[in-house]
Amino acid sequence: MTTIPLDHVLILPVLLFALGVIGVLVRRNLVFILMSIEIMLNAAGLMFIIAGARWGQPDGQVMFLLVLTLAAAEVSVGLALIIRIRHRLTTLDSDAADLLQG
Amino acid sequence: MNATFYLSAAIAVLSTVLVITRANGVHALLYLVVSLLAVALVFFTLGAPFAAALEVIVYAGAIMVLFVFVVMMMNLGDAAAVREARWMEPKIWVGPSILAILLTAQLAYMLDSNTMSQPHHAIVPARAVGIAMYGPYLLCVELASMLLLAALVGAYRLAHTEHGRL
Repeated sequence: MTTIPLDHVLILPVLLFALGVIGVLVRRNLVFILMSIEIMLNAAGLMFIIAGARWGQPDGQVMFLLVLTLAAAEVSVGLALIIRIRHRLTTLDSDAADLLQG
Repeated sequence: MNATFYLSAAIAVLSTVLVITRANGVHALLYLVVSLLAVALVFFTLGAPFAAALEVIVYAGAIMVLFVFVVMMMNLGDAAAVREARWMEPKIWVGPSILAILLTAQLAYMLDSNTMSQPHHAIVPARAVGIAMYGPYLLCVELASMLLLAALVGAYRLAHTEHGRL
């Protein structure tokens, strides 16, 4: 039983999270920004699973389930907001929506 | 099974890079689905089969379908049908298909009884997750249900207008 080294496993969520951050910073399209946030949430969930697997406890998977719930709630509200912004500003550029007072 | 982990991780990183560099939303979504499937396979190699199944069903299934719906809704109009036909050209499907076939081959290899009998990590079964969830984490489950209810009401209110159209 040769376990995969923990420091190798930990590189993957770090890389995925960094890619998500880059996506949020670089892209101006709101749909892409939401996708990058999903990538980051998924990386956080992966980190929980890795920690749970390291100690062989179910707690990591429970926290992943809660992250999954959070992601579903966040996507539904985020996509509704995107539909609203698209309807009002007729663009998906995040720089166009820089005023809180519509 | 070490090789399975490293190959799935490489596919996950590669497809995520392709997600944030695509110009087109639908193409990015195809790669995002592949990325999530690769992460699900990583869960499987880490001994979390229940989380892997949920990743496929909820993330790659339900949440991505929401994204696809909204991206398609953004492009209603006369030019949309022509553009959509152009998006769905066969060469668009080649990249995600190759990565998905690689993942399927790995899954088939892992389901081989020889490798399954020697897991790398101790498998935490769904039963243990359920017992923990409805034991010490019961309050978290209640809070998650409240969060989902709030998201339901919020999404309904935000996407709804007086004229009943968007």
